[in-house]
Amino acid sequence: MIIRLLVLVAIVLFFSLALRKRSIVPGRMQSLAEMGLDLVRVNIAEDLLGKKDGRRFLPLLTTIFFMVLIMNITGIVPLLNIAGTSVIGVPLLLAVIAYVTFIYAGVKKHPGAFFKNSLFPPGVPLPLYLIVTPIEFVSTFILRPVTLTLRLLMNMIVGHLLLVLFFLATSFFFFQADGLFKFFGIGTFAFGIVFTLFEILVAVLQAYVFTLLTTVYIQLALADEH
Amino acid sequence: MIPAVLAAAAEGETHNPLIPELPDLVWGAVVFVLLLVFFWWKILPSLKKLLDDRAEIIEGGIKKAEIAQAEAAAALDKYTDQLAEARAEAGRIREQARQDGTKILNELKDQASVEAARITANASASIEAERQAALVSLRAEVATLAIDLASGVIGQSLSDDKKAAVLVDQFLADLEASEATAKKSGK
Repeated sequence: MIIRLLVLVAIVLFFSLALRKRSIVPGRMQSLAEMGLDLVRVNIAEDLLGKKDGRRFLPLLTTIFFMVLIMNITGIVPLLNIAGTSVIGVPLLLAVIAYVTFIYAGVKKHPGAFFKNSLFPPGVPLPLYLIVTPIEFVSTFILRPVTLTLRLLMNMIVGHLLLVLFFLATSFFFFQADGLFKFFGIGTFAFGIVFTLFEILVAVLQAYVFTLLTTVYIQLALADEH
Repeated sequence: MIPAVLAAAAEGETHNPLIPELPDLVWGAVVFVLLLVFFWWKILPSLKKLLDDRAEIIEGGIKKAEIAQAEAAAALDKYTDQLAEARAEAGRIREQARQDGTKILNELKDQASVEAARITANASASIEAERQAALVSLRAEVATLAIDLASGVIGQSLSDDKKAAVLVDQFLADLEASEATAKKSGK
């Protein structure tokens, strides 16, 4: 689990260094750090939760975002080559944390009424609760963490598998195949590079999606009526 | 690389990727908690402070600019006022000068006419004086003439009173006529 520690060290080092001086007119590194933090702060937390609630949950959301992002990125960092999130531990852990957080937020906001509102949405004809309640229960309290976990995990595993496949094929074609088959290596190598770039996109996107969904769940839990 | 990957693949076959391993969970949790603490107590407060500072400086800058603008506007107003004042002053001075000029001109005209009147008066006075002088000398002459005439008359016979009276009357008429012409020419 050395990747996790590396990620921890990398994040702490980067932000400590970047915000060490905290100059009013930011340098390059500080700008980059501020851009990342602002993405979570403004685009995710404050847009969805509003200023007040956004500030409450900001540390959690920031942590989730950067942890997922950097652990995703490790999938394409040379010598690490495996995403920290492509093993189920971290996605599951973060999903459980998101799960606990939005239930906590809901219970705190509507003491006693949260589960009732979630399972028995107001304004539905009485007989329909027979159908609605199981659906709501499954979708809210079972599927949410599962989908959070699996979406991230599978994206990372598949990305990793694709890269492994391409580069193994390249290696095979170059060093073990005969004659013209060697030329296939060029193609697989090119695809490997393209998918490496694609993995960067996926890494950022998945981190964003994970954080955004967590925020949306919190927002739904905080909403007055749903 | 290949043996490692193959080993990993082999492991993947025996181990279901959906079942978490305990160390994985533990280390993940440790990292998460440390990161949460790091962001919560270190990075986000410092970011907040940074943003506040920046907002403050920008607001301060805006306020300063506003003050400077207000000052500039005030100075402009002052200068405009001063300029208008100066223009009015200049107009007043010009008007004053024109009035002074007119006054001086009038005074000069008056003076000139007075002078002219004086000169005229002087001239007429001297003429009058000369006329008087002429009159006086004429009178003296007339007296001598009268005396001459009288002696002539006395020398002649005084018997004929009528003749003598005619003579005297004629003489006096002549005299008056001559005096009248003299007066006319004198004027």
